[in-house]
Amino acid sequence: MKISVIITLKKDVLDPQGKVIHQTLDGMGFENINEVRQGKYFEISTKENDKKKSEEEVREMCKKLLANLVIENYKIIDSQ
Amino acid sequence: MNSSVITFPGSNCDRDMDVALKKFGFKNKMVWHDDLELPKSDLVVLPGGFSYGDYLRCGSMASKSKIMQSVLNFAKGGGKVMGICNGFQILVEAGLLPGVLLRNKYLEFICKNIFVKINNKDNSYFKDIKKDILEFHIAHNEGNYFCSKEQLKEIDDNNQIALFYSNKTGIINEDNNPNGSIKNIAGIFNKEKNVLGMMPHPERMIDPVLSGEDGSIFFENLINNLK
Repeated sequence: MKISVIITLKKDVLDPQGKVIHQTLDGMGFENINEVRQGKYFEISTKENDKKKSEEEVREMCKKLLANLVIENYKIIDSQ
Repeated sequence: MNSSVITFPGSNCDRDMDVALKKFGFKNKMVWHDDLELPKSDLVVLPGGFSYGDYLRCGSMASKSKIMQSVLNFAKGGGKVMGICNGFQILVEAGLLPGVLLRNKYLEFICKNIFVKINNKDNSYFKDIKKDILEFHIAHNEGNYFCSKEQLKEIDDNNQIALFYSNKTGIINEDNNPNGSIKNIAGIFNKEKNVLGMMPHPERMIDPVLSGEDGSIFFENLINNLK
């Protein structure tokens, strides 16, 4: 299975990089932006063929290493 | 007094810490991250540096290394564990200290001398120290201390804030906050006050010719408190 997971910053966590990207885009003429938040994307290819089991395992990986739950949320966006 | 400094791949303040600890009377041993057991220690130090190249999040990989299980057990049994800079980041990632260290507010790597005001002297690290404000050195990209409102209240209620960034007279405000840390926090304790994490480097302030002497004051006091 290949599991895709995204990690995003929680709502009230300051994202200075997102802010600078927003300002730069604004300076380039993209003036319609309200906010930019930067996150992380992982593709994890596993030996497991069962979708449910692979997703459960990836959720454990997120909790234990990939995300820091003090500041980040994780979400599996695709499994195939 | 026996101390141990743990070297992770990418640690670069481990030898400075070794020199500092020995200068003030500790019998120090260097411990490799892949070892399973800690030597007999009165103090364990996680040094500064860039363990695992700061991949994923600073300190996240190092916090899962083999030696950390022994460090966790040592800390849970009341052992003194101190993390400096990257060591502080490792301690929060390991769950020994609350909160997290984010990228500096203005996205700059900061390398300069700063002043910190000691907030709590009722612990083995700062008890009887003869100064309230210390001049230390900081060098970091991710030192912006953050935690949730609920956590901050808990930290405050339990008197877990060790150090605030201040000016040399002890004024704590936004002008004296180098990295955007909540409430100017430069260092915190765990609830029991046996684990300390701080971004500033006392080991860089132990030689009056090269830097300053406030690190000497810190280490001299620390070894006396541990005796």
